[in-house]
Amino acid sequence: MPAISHPIDLLRFNTCGSVDDGKSTLIGRLLYDSKSLMEDQIEALERSADITGGGQINLANLTDGLRAEREQGITIDVAYRYFATPHRKFIIADTPGHVQYTRNMVTGASTANLSIILVDARQGVIEQSRRHSIIASLLRIPHLVVAINKMDLVDWSEERFLEIKEQFDEFLPRLDIKDVQFIPVSALNGDNIVSHSTNTPWYNGPTLLGHLETVHIASDWNLSNFRMPVQWVNRPNNPTDHTLHDFRGLSGQISGGIVKVGQKVTVLPSGFSSTVKQIWTLDGPLEEAFSPQSVTLVLEHDLDISRGDVIVDSEDLPGASSELHAKICWMNPRPLTPGKQYLLKHTTQTVKAAVTSIDHRINISTLDKEDGIAELAMNDLGEIRLRTAKPLIYDGYASNRLTGSFILIEPGTNATVAAGMLLPPTEIARPEYKDFAI
Amino acid sequence: MKSYHLDHLDYLETEAIHIMREVASEFERPAILFSGGKDSICLLRLAEKAFRPSDIPMPFLNVATGHEFPELLEFRDRRAKELNAKLIVRTVDEALEKGTAVQAPGQISRNQLQIPVLLGAIEEFRFDCCIGGARRDEEKARAKERFFSFRDSFGQWDPKNQRPEIWNLYNGRLNPGENMRVFPLSNWTEMDVWEYIKREKLEVPSIYFSHKRRCVRRGGQWVPDTDLMQAKANEEVKEMIVRVRTIGDIISTGCVESPAANCDDIIAEIAAARVTERGSRADDRVSEAAMEDRKKAGYF
Repeated sequence: MPAISHPIDLLRFNTCGSVDDGKSTLIGRLLYDSKSLMEDQIEALERSADITGGGQINLANLTDGLRAEREQGITIDVAYRYFATPHRKFIIADTPGHVQYTRNMVTGASTANLSIILVDARQGVIEQSRRHSIIASLLRIPHLVVAINKMDLVDWSEERFLEIKEQFDEFLPRLDIKDVQFIPVSALNGDNIVSHSTNTPWYNGPTLLGHLETVHIASDWNLSNFRMPVQWVNRPNNPTDHTLHDFRGLSGQISGGIVKVGQKVTVLPSGFSSTVKQIWTLDGPLEEAFSPQSVTLVLEHDLDISRGDVIVDSEDLPGASSELHAKICWMNPRPLTPGKQYLLKHTTQTVKAAVTSIDHRINISTLDKEDGIAELAMNDLGEIRLRTAKPLIYDGYASNRLTGSFILIEPGTNATVAAGMLLPPTEIARPEYKDFAI
Repeated sequence: MKSYHLDHLDYLETEAIHIMREVASEFERPAILFSGGKDSICLLRLAEKAFRPSDIPMPFLNVATGHEFPELLEFRDRRAKELNAKLIVRTVDEALEKGTAVQAPGQISRNQLQIPVLLGAIEEFRFDCCIGGARRDEEKARAKERFFSFRDSFGQWDPKNQRPEIWNLYNGRLNPGENMRVFPLSNWTEMDVWEYIKREKLEVPSIYFSHKRRCVRRGGQWVPDTDLMQAKANEEVKEMIVRVRTIGDIISTGCVESPAANCDDIIAEIAAARVTERGSRADDRVSEAAMEDRKKAGYF
């Protein structure tokens, strides 16, 4: 019998924590206890344990992949890990928790369904716990797990567990996180990771892995507002099949909603309307398709459409503006200064953009807005205004992570210097031509 | 009620198609690295999914060590033809002859020697982007590599200075002479690859399945007994029923004893396996940082 014969889904999560709260140990534990580690990995662990660890296997060594990290004993970049159980496949984005690496956490969090915040039970909520919760909220990660670790060092005290939960409850209501689960664990010893611990008879909730396996993620994608940014115009030059001589397909990944054959759609920014004639895929035509599927649409009319245009539901238009308001995370050692020009990549187009002003910096420990800011430094979060050379067709990040996000690229160095989340549009796209075919 | 939810293979597939189309749109002269191995076979199917009914808008490039399994080369040429694609092959032998690659004394594996050949081909055809089939689950250094992996004009990877990758927004901008390596299968595991090969009914070279072969015990693993590496007197040689899990240089690719005759058998075998895939490649066992060093030097 094949090991996995039924379709299973995929959960992406990220872990955040500082050097000492046992994040790498927790991941090592998940891999080890879910039997995702192989003999040669364990062997490599033992080899390095003999050299540096005084003979003790260090689960953290599984994720600290680069030599520089092993030497310094810290995690310096986002590392991705994979494991599976009979219920789900998992992708872990393991991000370091030092102050200077906020950008890595933003990177790891941007594609996550769920975020695990690790707290040392002895220390309780520290500035970093707050900062991580705030970033998870800003990036709109739908689910949060607070793993209260090293419970063995506080004698498995329920009182201590509740105290830390209360510390979180003081600021969580100010954030946009709907689903939070608190779990008392010991990553080092494996308590409440895969199986329920006898040390916490007072805890009735799920184990960490149990929660990861069952948390409801089917509604994490936007399925209400159809948008498909055109990535590539599919026009065969030398069709071997002569029936495809006039084929003109619009290829892209659906970034929101559902599209059906016969549906009336509008192409922005031009504003031409048409209907969906065919949803073409290599596996045969589809009657309907949904986010985040990659498809090729054929429209009823042969319109002038190119990469960067967006095909949307005619009854549900996105925003359009070249004056933008956004929250950003600055990711480059050279600070952001207003007036400087950058390239802005949004969905499938890259346009010139100038930062016109910095409204304020967001204090990521208190969520307070700080005014009178001249520049944003590396790892700062702030709210800015931008002007683009041509209008963006977009949604607010809160309603769509894909049509509401952008990156800034510095011309010359080509460095990715910022991650941006657009605030809800104030102007809705107004197609100049309501109907193409009259 | 209809479920609007993708299973894990569908999710990995749409992510990879998106990346392939970004490459076709943002680069002027991209190529797909195609060895005939299982990962690059998946890449070609994804390219079909991304670009059909058009032709795949980029050539295939193979950097051959000259130490390939013959089954692999036959398959490579046939598959490229079936897909009506242009296949470019550059070999280590040519580079050794021209002197652009030099064999280190005592070195048998030609893995290192692929680096100058790849860089030479990039220069010759002015490729600005090479799509490769590497996966992050293969190895610890790969686990930290981006989908779009930027290389400087010497082809080098700088792990401490990678571009952040956020949402599905990839920054493919380059200055002249610089190059991008793109890995659409980054998030796939060995299991995902075999499940996809099964689902898509993809043909793979016969050596992935169980067959009879004379092997030599060397470096803690069984490697094929070929003319390239005569067994020494004290080495054990044995005819066995084996298959290969990962294909590299024929002299360093470990064979595993296996009766797996089809995809289902392999999937069951992987589910039960206790050794990772690259555990059967001698070149990664040299040191814990072996892959990190090769990548910094310009390896795939």
